[in-house]
Amino acid sequence: MSITTWTWLLVGITFLIYIIVAIRARAVSTGAFYTAERTIHPVLNGMATGADWMSAASFISMAGLISFMGRDGSMYLMGWTGGYVLLAMLLAPYLRKYGKFTVPEFIGDRYYSQSARIISLVCAIFISFTYVAGQMRGVGVVFSRFLNVPINTGVVIGMCIVFFYAVLGGMKGVTYTQVAQYCVLIVAYMIPAIYISIMLTNNPIPAFGFGSTISADGAEILQDASTQGRYLLDVLDGIHKDLGFSEYTSGVRPKIDVFFIVVALMVGTAGLPHVIIRFFTVPKIKDARASAGWALFFIVLLYTAAPAVAAFARTNFIKTVHNVRYENAPQWLKNWEETGLIAWIDKNGDGVMQYGPGKAITGKPKYSGQTGSFGQALVSNIVTTGPNEMYVDRDIMVLANPEIARLPNWVIALVAAGGLAAALSTAAGLLLVISASISHDLMKGVLMPSMSEKGELLWARCGAAGAVVIAGLFGIFPPGFVAQVVAFAFGLAAASFFPVIIMGIFNKKTNVYGAMTGMIAGITFTSGYIVYFKFLNPGANKPANWWFGISPEGIGTVGMIINFLLMYIVSKVTPEPPQEIQDLVVQLRYPVERTSGERKISTDARRPY
Amino acid sequence: MAREQELQEYWNQNLKYIAILLSIWFTVSYLFGIVFVDQLDNIRLFGFPLGYWFANQGAEVIFCLLIVIYVRLMNKLDRKYNVFED
Repeated sequence: MSITTWTWLLVGITFLIYIIVAIRARAVSTGAFYTAERTIHPVLNGMATGADWMSAASFISMAGLISFMGRDGSMYLMGWTGGYVLLAMLLAPYLRKYGKFTVPEFIGDRYYSQSARIISLVCAIFISFTYVAGQMRGVGVVFSRFLNVPINTGVVIGMCIVFFYAVLGGMKGVTYTQVAQYCVLIVAYMIPAIYISIMLTNNPIPAFGFGSTISADGAEILQDASTQGRYLLDVLDGIHKDLGFSEYTSGVRPKIDVFFIVVALMVGTAGLPHVIIRFFTVPKIKDARASAGWALFFIVLLYTAAPAVAAFARTNFIKTVHNVRYENAPQWLKNWEETGLIAWIDKNGDGVMQYGPGKAITGKPKYSGQTGSFGQALVSNIVTTGPNEMYVDRDIMVLANPEIARLPNWVIALVAAGGLAAALSTAAGLLLVISASISHDLMKGVLMPSMSEKGELLWARCGAAGAVVIAGLFGIFPPGFVAQVVAFAFGLAAASFFPVIIMGIFNKKTNVYGAMTGMIAGITFTSGYIVYFKFLNPGANKPANWWFGISPEGIGTVGMIINFLLMYIVSKVTPEPPQEIQDLVVQLRYPVERTSGERKISTDARRPY
Repeated sequence: MAREQELQEYWNQNLKYIAILLSIWFTVSYLFGIVFVDQLDNIRLFGFPLGYWFANQGAEVIFCLLIVIYVRLMNKLDRKYNVFED
């Protein structure tokens, strides 16, 4: 069967599974819609969190990103995993004990302030929309690359699927589909990774493979007998040096910037509402702790394979492309030329592909529709003067992997299904946050407190439906700034939610004045810095102009520190919070008080204790 | 009153666990993976420079272990202070 047939088949089957799961797990109460009735097993919740967390970017782009960044790429690996340690120890168990539906609700109650709740709900909606826009686009892109469907049609198909299970199933439907999606995406990621690892190093575990020596077969594939028996990373460092790149295992980004970015990513992860609410779905406190561990385990399975895929793909790419005549180029290169992910510009007219540092052309390739004298697709872009003749999109390192490993067509189709699973699962989690912020925090909490449960559920469904449509529109008409504002999502989560939640639990005396001052200062500072460098004056976005060399991606860390400091100082000089709030904080700190007859925490979301 | 003190002790013990585990968390990622990465890179672990390995894999795997340890410690502590769930 052809790749397209296989892809339609596998995508169709996986979509059918998601729909069946969603129908079986329909939500009929607000408790089910927001928290899946708090009945999810910690292992399943871990899987669902893994799928919720790993987005289209993690699945499709991360390995490619690392393969072009070398050691600097590790900031994403550390930054996007370390937050789970914070979740397990500092947030998840206490928020689960509190036992309500949303993050803004906790902040509003803990700081006995509707304004705090409103600020938080606006932040939650903003962060989630920022994030979801990229996911819907990702769905469209996967459809267009693997199935030759226009991107917009792909987005609409994705919208219909998400609409179905998020609106109907709420958290319950989303949780079980996310479990299925995790299984699809991890299998889709690991099969090509394992094959490539065996091919090059004869080691079936990719995470160990890239620290191994290149096998005889591997050396043959790389068309260089001298690489046999040498460590893969040494070979890669060597070819990097030869081509004029810095060594693959060395970093070029200033350490202070890497440090601040990693903090912002970790703390941002722990403060992202769509991650936090996943821990509201387990029955017990101890499950909330364990579930964070399972989530990280399932994430690390993919995250330890990613740098391996990056190193394999990089070595293979340079060895089989650089200084090779175009006629002898590997088949995958010619296949992917059509998609605009790779291009060769024969600057010196010798028919040989040369690769090196610097950009080959400005912007993304625009094909003129003509072919050159060697059969290559010609581009109409402005050609740079540097010696590099190759344009390579980082996504190709994952997307072309199965072809590079010469795997059968169904594996290629599986990668498409995996990419869709990653994008859809993250989108669904984010849509739930938006829907709950609207129905539970805005409508029920602020505007119409007397609303019945039925009315609230209707609002929740409408909120989810409206959010799907807006997210889809973002996918069809991508605002140019989407790529720039992802830093925003993490920065804001780090500078707003994380400090107020932590202080709310770990410091009884933090009051509403401190929290409001801290939050507003953190948000204003962080958004100001990002808006200035990303929108108002993008030309100045250079290390020389950054404060202390901290890029807009890492500035959320400074926002967080400002938030913490102000919260502490202002709370010191203003009246203490009321006694009942301080008692509430004390109650959050232990699971149940057995001496007064408590045996388990409530799973009924309407009555917290 | 005595019970209140016990619960406070439970909380202090929890904070102690968190402090110890988070200092390991900080060491393997920020210190080994970022600050001292170049010095550690002089040591080899199979085909990996050690600092590079911590940044790419070691820190992530150790994060997992830290949560496992915390879950176990807390489950024990919950029983000891009689605050465990059925």
